[in-house]
Amino acid sequence: MSDATASMSGLYAGRRRRNAIVLTLSFTATAIGLGILVLILGTLIVESFRGLSMKVFTEMTPPPGADGGLLNPIVGSLIMTVLGVFIGTPIGILAGTYMAEYGRYNKVTHVIRFINDILLSAPSIIIGLFVYELVVAPMGHFSGFAGSLALAVLVIPVVVRTTEDMLMLVPRELREASSALGMPKASMIGNICYRAARAGMITGILLAIARISGETAPLLFTALNNQFFSLNLNAPMASLPAVIFQFALSPYADWQRLAWVGAMIITFAVLGLSILARTFSGSRK
Amino acid sequence: MEPMEKRSVSDFALPSASSTTQPVPASLAKALSRLRVNDQVFHSITRVAAFFVLILLSAIIGSLIIGAAPALQKFGFGFLTSERWNPVTENFGAMAPIYGTIVTSIIAMLIAVPFGLLITLFLTELCPMWLRRPIGIAIELLAGIPSIIYGIWGLFVLAPFLQAHVQPFLIDLFGNIPVLKTLFAGPPYGIGILTSSLILAIMVLPFITSISRDVFEAVPPMLKEAAYGLGFTTWEVVRYVVLPYARVGVIGGIMLGLGRALGETMAVTFVIGNAHKVSSSLLAPGTTIASTIANEFTEAVGEIYTSSLIALGLLLFVITFAVLAAARYMLMQIERRQG
Repeated sequence: MSDATASMSGLYAGRRRRNAIVLTLSFTATAIGLGILVLILGTLIVESFRGLSMKVFTEMTPPPGADGGLLNPIVGSLIMTVLGVFIGTPIGILAGTYMAEYGRYNKVTHVIRFINDILLSAPSIIIGLFVYELVVAPMGHFSGFAGSLALAVLVIPVVVRTTEDMLMLVPRELREASSALGMPKASMIGNICYRAARAGMITGILLAIARISGETAPLLFTALNNQFFSLNLNAPMASLPAVIFQFALSPYADWQRLAWVGAMIITFAVLGLSILARTFSGSRK
Repeated sequence: MEPMEKRSVSDFALPSASSTTQPVPASLAKALSRLRVNDQVFHSITRVAAFFVLILLSAIIGSLIIGAAPALQKFGFGFLTSERWNPVTENFGAMAPIYGTIVTSIIAMLIAVPFGLLITLFLTELCPMWLRRPIGIAIELLAGIPSIIYGIWGLFVLAPFLQAHVQPFLIDLFGNIPVLKTLFAGPPYGIGILTSSLILAIMVLPFITSISRDVFEAVPPMLKEAAYGLGFTTWEVVRYVVLPYARVGVIGGIMLGLGRALGETMAVTFVIGNAHKVSSSLLAPGTTIASTIANEFTEAVGEIYTSSLIALGLLLFVITFAVLAAARYMLMQIERRQG
């Protein structure tokens, strides 16, 4: 009898011990995860602080050993990101609209959704190769336009996904009410569904911008890079990620410093965008 | 009107407007027909956009196949098994990048999966309510940081740290143990397979965490409460109730993370060292498919060189497509189960 209780309490102690070990591990894992985030952001701030000055935003990328800034890559990144979003967003929204409003119960919508999800997480360097084959090789030279196209291809799946998800959340009663009033379907989508899903759709676009503004791989062999200031979309164009890549791997200390500054600009732009997107989608609930 | 197909309720807007018995004034009829045309045009445009997504994928696959054809014709099946990578003699084989890609991804998953599940356990079972949202957001911010930032951080912070502190320790520790000796052989370069795997693990962690958190939270509370009521400890509830219920979803999340790790380019390019050889040591520099393309594509001269790099891209696409398709299939199944 006492034997049984002893073994029972021993068993219970063992179970409690295992529980305590796992819980401690899980606490530690979370602490390490957060620690890494702090470490990365901390390094970024400390390292970039040394190179940060007004010159970063007013001067062009320097040759090694000289003073300079990141004006041309910043402008290049902005142009290509904006153009990429302008090309990709309408296609994404329209495709998402079809999937949620017209073809919701079609077989082909399932296929498109599946393919879109694959595109969503496909390696971005593949998109770079694709646009190289499609645009750069026939044209014979790298161009900012090709870079924008590559970014647009990355925007489409993100926007398709969020548009469809958000339109799916629009209550059916709203659609029925507008149809009952005799509203044609296209106006119903434009005036009722888009309006109801607006916050979520804007969130999707913001997330897409956040995603492409940090993308490097698809730009490497589409827009290439440019040491000089250029607004010509038909010529190679500098971008922040490409310049960071080039400067960080160089042996020159001042280039590496500028790479850190560029890294900080991108990180905070991206984090700012994703926090903005979060507050947008959060404010709706 | 054409015969009825499967339609949702809201499809009936126009017919009901035109089926009134009253004669319709000409101006109104005109307005209505214009609306109908607009409607049909909008419908067609959205359909074209939706099919564009399908065309996009086929175009990507098609362009990769066309681009890769010269190399594949020249090297045939040997492209997959050869370790040579010689731009001068134009002799290319994909063995080293394939090896590097798979090894770094597997090690990354071995680290990130337990970590991710432990963090999920913390977030869903232990963490006080008010802390859940901030910690969850912080972990997801990790996912938002662009990969080039991980690269530059890995190169300037992680690699020197590993070189100075961790790798010599590993070499000392395993230097005399038969099998492990070969895994940790060679000088501590700092950059290499191990460093790349660590960076990949950090990058994949938030994906695994956020998906498994969604899946863990989808477990009916009744099941968990019943288990707690029977006297289960927290760990036992997770081990015997939550994990079995969430298994398919968790595996889907892991596969999605694996897809990311396989295709990750910039972060790996910074820290892998770009050496075209298959090395048994984890401390040695290596290369992956994506980093080979990123490093060499713009400098590739000649049709065969470019084509070989595109063939690598095709290979990467095939591998990630298979992994991602499996992941999506599993995640879809769990969605279906939830209704």
